[in-house]
Amino acid sequence: MIGFYFAGTSVVHRAPAILKLLLLSIGVVGVGLAREPWQLGAAALAVAALFVIARVPVGAVWQQVAPILWLLLIAVPLQALLAGWIVAAMMTGRLLVAVALAALFTLTTTVTAVLEAFRLILRPFERWIDGDRVGLLVALTIRCIPLVAEIVKDVLDARRARGAQGSLLALAVPVVVRSLYAADAIGESLVARGLDD
Amino acid sequence: MTARILTVRDLAQIAIFAALIAALGLPGAVAIGAVAVPITFQTLGVMLAGAILGARKGFFAVLLFLALTAAGLPLFSGGRGGLVWFTTSPAAGYPYGWLLGVLVIGFLTSLLLPKYRFWPALGATILGGIVAIYLIGIPVTAINLGVPLWVAAADSLKFLPGDLIKVVVTVLVARQVHKAYPGLIPVRAGRRVQAGALTRSTPSDSTPSHSAP
Amino acid sequence: MSRIVFDGVSHSFGERRVLADVDLVLSERRIGIIGANGSGKSTLARMINGLVAPDTGRVTVDDADVARKAKEIRRKVGFIFTNPDNQIVMPTVQEDVAFSLRRRGLAPAEIALRTAAALERFGLAAHAEHPAHRLSGGQKQLLALAAVLVGEPQIIVADEPTTLLDARNAREIAGLFREMTQQVIVVTHQLELLEDFDRVIVIDEGRVVADDAPSVALDAYRGLLA
Repeated sequence: MIGFYFAGTSVVHRAPAILKLLLLSIGVVGVGLAREPWQLGAAALAVAALFVIARVPVGAVWQQVAPILWLLLIAVPLQALLAGWIVAAMMTGRLLVAVALAALFTLTTTVTAVLEAFRLILRPFERWIDGDRVGLLVALTIRCIPLVAEIVKDVLDARRARGAQGSLLALAVPVVVRSLYAADAIGESLVARGLDD
Repeated sequence: MTARILTVRDLAQIAIFAALIAALGLPGAVAIGAVAVPITFQTLGVMLAGAILGARKGFFAVLLFLALTAAGLPLFSGGRGGLVWFTTSPAAGYPYGWLLGVLVIGFLTSLLLPKYRFWPALGATILGGIVAIYLIGIPVTAINLGVPLWVAAADSLKFLPGDLIKVVVTVLVARQVHKAYPGLIPVRAGRRVQAGALTRSTPSDSTPSHSAP
Repeated sequence: MSRIVFDGVSHSFGERRVLADVDLVLSERRIGIIGANGSGKSTLARMINGLVAPDTGRVTVDDADVARKAKEIRRKVGFIFTNPDNQIVMPTVQEDVAFSLRRRGLAPAEIALRTAAALERFGLAAHAEHPAHRLSGGQKQLLALAAVLVGEPQIIVADEPTTLLDARNAREIAGLFREMTQQVIVVTHQLELLEDFDRVIVIDEGRVVADDAPSVALDAYRGLLA
């Protein structure tokens, strides 16, 4: 479960995931409240400093932030027309700083650590949520992704072999049906291997 | 997700559908080259989860997929992932919209079954797969971007053509699947018209040849 | 050896009758079950650890009713499926083997130790940390075997364990079955696998049509096909 994690030993890496989650949510709200350019500038500097401390390469950061820019393509010019360029620029700035902060969390925290933090957050609800089962479901899903990807590939190959162009429908039905059969077989295996409650 | 309400078979179906939503976002699996109009097949997966597994199992499948993505696995289409997409991104409302959408589709579908007629099903899937999802997605876009609601709504129109196609595909697929594989969604009490509950398992011999009754 | 008893067992899937009033006592060490596709042999095998409950009749393992004591019986009876892809339930090789030991009240160190030993025995130690789906077909079936045997079952039931494998891998798996010291019940189409077995049962249309030493039973089966 590698995800986007960029290995390191900095204090940003070593801080407990749950603490980082808390600070992240405070930070995001704080950035959202920035009204003056100097406030936003200070926030941007602080986030940049954290990136330097964590020693995350620029490429990895860009990979996280770039997809967001696509989403600004229409909204920013519209906002500029409606409310002026300064407001639009502040809006873009707030968004990018907040996105960078969230990206920093993802880049410096392993998936396992985040899932563990989720589990901690769920602890008060233990009466209703069985942590053991959630863990099993998470692992089972990660196991099933390549299995379903294989099913999708098989169905695509079979269609190509027949030379059929077929619709999305002709593709989706066998994928779904075969996935359901696989779920039955895996359910049977779980039972055979001792999960029978 | 307690032991009491979900059987082992439910768990397997939930995991498989969470995996299916992920697989629909994998590069090269199903590619439609569009950059400006982002068609993602993952919402198709979400709609299918509601229409095929029902509200309860479908909701858990979507939740599981989202939790893994939020935790940092690159499972959103285009290999995206991490908390950004749930918090500060302009599109951050959509994942939460998916959770509402799958519940709406699942619940309405359970009212339609065992007969799954095209037009009512289409209405149910539009209500959950478009209305419910946009209902959360658009305001969050407006908040995160700091733009008026109508700007965010206009911005979201770029998703609409793709989503309408996905709704139609969902209904057509779900119709065939419910025919080939009845009993996936418990039929609401009072509407039980000989719901051919699937024999608990198992096929004859050899591999995945499942004998539908 | 354990004593597995089928007492007047019948079963149908919907309209289709797959087993019709089967009475059997299985106590030999190595037992083969053969029959055409759809003959009911897979269902028969699944009943031994309660994956399928009979419509009528009773299955017992050492006098314990499988339907009532499924939990205990599944610890005693390991099951190997045809398609190892569906048997693997955890992301990595090691986790998958360890899964079989959960809920046994073992210390984590003990689980790690037993898992490592099982992986070593089946030549998978080098793959311990690898994602299970990257293994070859033959390796996946080895993993399935490792994951079952790590639980130290007394009986191993296998449903066509070599059908999806190529000839070389099928031979390797067959060799491993030959080395097992447990009681083994194998459903298969690969008759050569059964040549040195103690007993072979031929099922046709849900009924036992031959039940004998391999040489005799295999001849009866070939006659059935002719």
